[in-house]
Amino acid sequence: MIKVEEKLFQNRYRVDAGHPHIGIIDATVCQFKCDTKQCTVCCPAACYTAEGDGKVTLITDGCLECGTCRVICSDHRNVQWEYPRGGYGILFKFG
Amino acid sequence: MSEKFDAIVIGAGPSGNAAAYTMAKAGLKVLQLERGEYPGSKNVQGAILYSDALEKIIPDFREDAPLERHLIEQRMWVLDDESYVGTHYRSDDFNKQPYNRYTIIRAQFDKWFSRKVQEAGALVICETTVHELILDGDRVIGVRTDREGGSVYADVVILADGVNSLLAKKAGFHQEIQPKDVALAVKEIHFLPEATIEQRFNISGNQGVVIEMVGKITKGMVGTGFLYTNKESLTIGVGCMLSDFKTQKITPYELLESMKQHPSIKPLLEGSEMKEYTAHLIPEGGFNAMPRLYGEGWMIVGDAGMFVNAVHREGSNLAMTTGQTAAQIVIDLKAAGKDMSADNLSVYRRKLDDSFVMKDMKKYKNLPDILHNNPQFMTAYPELVNKAVHSLLKVDGIDKKTKEREIRQSFVKRRSWFGLMGDAFKLWRAFE
Ligand SMILES: Cc1cc2nc3c(=O)[nH]c(=O)nc-3n(C[C@H](O)[C@H](O)[C@H](O)COP(=O)(O)OP(=O)(O)OC[C@H]3O[C@@H](n4cnc5c(N)ncnc54)[C@H](O)[C@@H]3O)c2cc1C
Ligand code: SF4
Ligand code: SF4
Repeated sequence: MIKVEEKLFQNRYRVDAGHPHIGIIDATVCQFKCDTKQCTVCCPAACYTAEGDGKVTLITDGCLECGTCRVICSDHRNVQWEYPRGGYGILFKFG
Repeated sequence: MSEKFDAIVIGAGPSGNAAAYTMAKAGLKVLQLERGEYPGSKNVQGAILYSDALEKIIPDFREDAPLERHLIEQRMWVLDDESYVGTHYRSDDFNKQPYNRYTIIRAQFDKWFSRKVQEAGALVICETTVHELILDGDRVIGVRTDREGGSVYADVVILADGVNSLLAKKAGFHQEIQPKDVALAVKEIHFLPEATIEQRFNISGNQGVVIEMVGKITKGMVGTGFLYTNKESLTIGVGCMLSDFKTQKITPYELLESMKQHPSIKPLLEGSEMKEYTAHLIPEGGFNAMPRLYGEGWMIVGDAGMFVNAVHREGSNLAMTTGQTAAQIVIDLKAAGKDMSADNLSVYRRKLDDSFVMKDMKKYKNLPDILHNNPQFMTAYPELVNKAVHSLLKVDGIDKKTKEREIRQSFVKRRSWFGLMGDAFKLWRAFE
């Protein structure tokens, strides 16, 4: 198993504590209507986790601001996606 | 910030910088807004810089731009699980000044470009996210930012906000991107001593090598891998279409990790120190997926307008060229005392149609669909080709004619003659 945390650990972030820039619109859609839960596979920072009971949790601290989760949720459009406030979020040193 | 500008540019990537620079240089009152702490802090690229586009904007860029290596060798690898078949093209012609292609590090390059924009006289404000466009009817008259009292107005707004293009979407100018029109790329930067890089890639001084890869590394998804040499680092990454990721069980970082373990790639990275892991979307939908490019008081440039040539890995150059083109139109309309109406801005589309930008976009317009509908290009062929070469090179007492027959049969068995002919035809049509 590859730990993405070890990769993300190399990155610099300025986390906007208490102001997540991405949100799940309706948690019950993830839990009951979305079989594939593809966000939990495709997010390159593993921000989405499928819990045992079908729920999906989202923690945006390691987010790379790519937009994948928003685009991939095309069957349910259940992701509310904004960029972080100016100056916050991922801070690429090299890009 | 309630004063009015001639133009507002949203985003400080190559497209926004090209636009802001061109307009400021011509004496226009330009405001550029960037959400990152500094320009480049949000941006990701391979990254190869094509000189031509930048030369047309800043002819003497080589004097102080942060360039890593000029490229003298291009490798194309088709990978099986344990092997690759490839072509290497190296030419001393690429060693002659002025160099044509360079590797760059985007965080540094964007910062440099932004300094030029500021020197040209534009007002550049970072750490500011634009939330929405301000509309008067269907006319864009300004932008609302996340700063207090953060509404600003201008005659024209240039949307250079990159692939996600949230602002045009919110304003209803176009729809959400479809998974089939965008690739997700993940990438790492690995540091190694300069001498080690030069030894491993058989280069010296500022010479550089790029390796582009297709095949089993993408696990059947439509996509490519790449490995580029910088001065003291290597960048390695892999990108695949989101429509393919949508049906995968493998995560992007697992894909990258397994690519790094390939026996042909691993030794190149050995002993290196990984210092950053990044991810970014690439708009690869091509011509057929392009949104509307202009309207009342607005134009779209760069990735936000799908200006990427996936076949040739061109994006930053199209970003700069579209940025410069849009800027020139604003300059011309201003000089003629004309309004920034959709009618007057329609010349943007016409100018692009006449340039290499749209000609190239049109040329490959069917390729995304062909690759999408024909996964054999990413799986069966790489395997067959590698096996074929392996068989021919292995000296094992079997005569070459028999081997050739076996190879032919292996291809036909996997695809049938009809399938093979069809595939060749499809590819030929797509590149024609
Ligand atoms: C892995 C990878 C490899 C690539 N390799 C190559 C290559 O080798 N050669 C090549 O030519 N191209 C390459 N490309 C493509 C190239 O990177 C893009 O085409 C190019 O960066 C597009 O420039 P842009 O200015 O349009 O967008 P971007 O560079 O994405 O810039 C957009 C800017 O807008 C800012 N922004 C966005 N929204 C807002 C907002 N609401 N408010 C304020 N600011 C905002 C962002 O922070 C960002 O700075 C690659 C892309 C990737 C992902
Ligand atoms: S893909 Fe969308 S609906 Fe499905 S689990 Fe993820 S966020 Fe929820
Ligand atoms: S934007 Fe990208 S990194 Fe951030 S949560 Fe969505 S998929 Fe993950």
